[in-house]
Amino acid sequence: MLEASDLRALGGGLLIGLSATLLLLFNGQIAGISGIVNGVMRFRTAELWRWLFLLGMLGGGLLYEYGLAVESTPLPDAPPWVMLLGGGLVGVGTRMGNGCTSGHGVCGLGRLSIRSLVAVLTFMATAIATVFITRHLLNG
Amino acid sequence: MKQKIMKQNLIALLSGLLFGLGLSLSQMIDRQRILGFLDIAGNWDRSLLFVLGGAVTVTVISFRFVLNRSKPLLVERFRLPTKQDIDAPLVLGSALFGIGWGISGYCPGPAITALVLGHSNPVLFLIGLLIGSIAYGVSQKASTSSSLKVE
Repeated sequence: MLEASDLRALGGGLLIGLSATLLLLFNGQIAGISGIVNGVMRFRTAELWRWLFLLGMLGGGLLYEYGLAVESTPLPDAPPWVMLLGGGLVGVGTRMGNGCTSGHGVCGLGRLSIRSLVAVLTFMATAIATVFITRHLLNG
Repeated sequence: MKQKIMKQNLIALLSGLLFGLGLSLSQMIDRQRILGFLDIAGNWDRSLLFVLGGAVTVTVISFRFVLNRSKPLLVERFRLPTKQDIDAPLVLGSALFGIGWGISGYCPGPAITALVLGHSNPVLFLIGLLIGSIAYGVSQKASTSSSLKVE
């Protein structure tokens, strides 16, 4: 049976797909967040659009969280070192692999890119393995 | 020319808004939910499947039309990745990204959007991300410059 959370998830996915479509159609850019973040770090005026995209993301989050949502999103609760380590690995990995779930997943698969398919299968596999190890083998 | 740049900037803002809205509506900014998806041996949360499924269904269809055009609407050419081959950095990088994702429950997009929750977790994640990305960039520059010297 489809539940409310499934429909919200699907709705969110459609919005993300629409977002990527607009950015590509109008600006010719791939909506890959790791690429956008790496781009803003170059601090060039030509990259202003990236800052605006990120600003828009915050706006969208604020709109949902404080405007549209019936109940608040649960707050995270991980120890700081988990966040720093996880972030560090994501920072290295997404730069090395040239993409993340939006770049390779949403856009790369949309382009039918074999490179992105390999990337997606790889990061899904290691992410699932990591959670399996931390939650079920190492007592979580 | 200025008009076109302003339009591009507006599109970027709107696109980002839709993206952030999509991530929060679908609850992808809830790291426990993401970990629930990745926890296939536990109480599996299928939300991410619907998010990715919905998003990719749209892009597989729309990109076909968009990329059939000779150029985008507001700029002269598409800025697409040029790499075609499956190389070690792609696989290793993706593997590392997956580990980091599995540890933190965050990837770049949701972490940025999750900043609106006002908690320190996404902040720390993004600090780690910036450090990792910069460190990798520096190490790449160092290795290319040293290989140039050898020649």
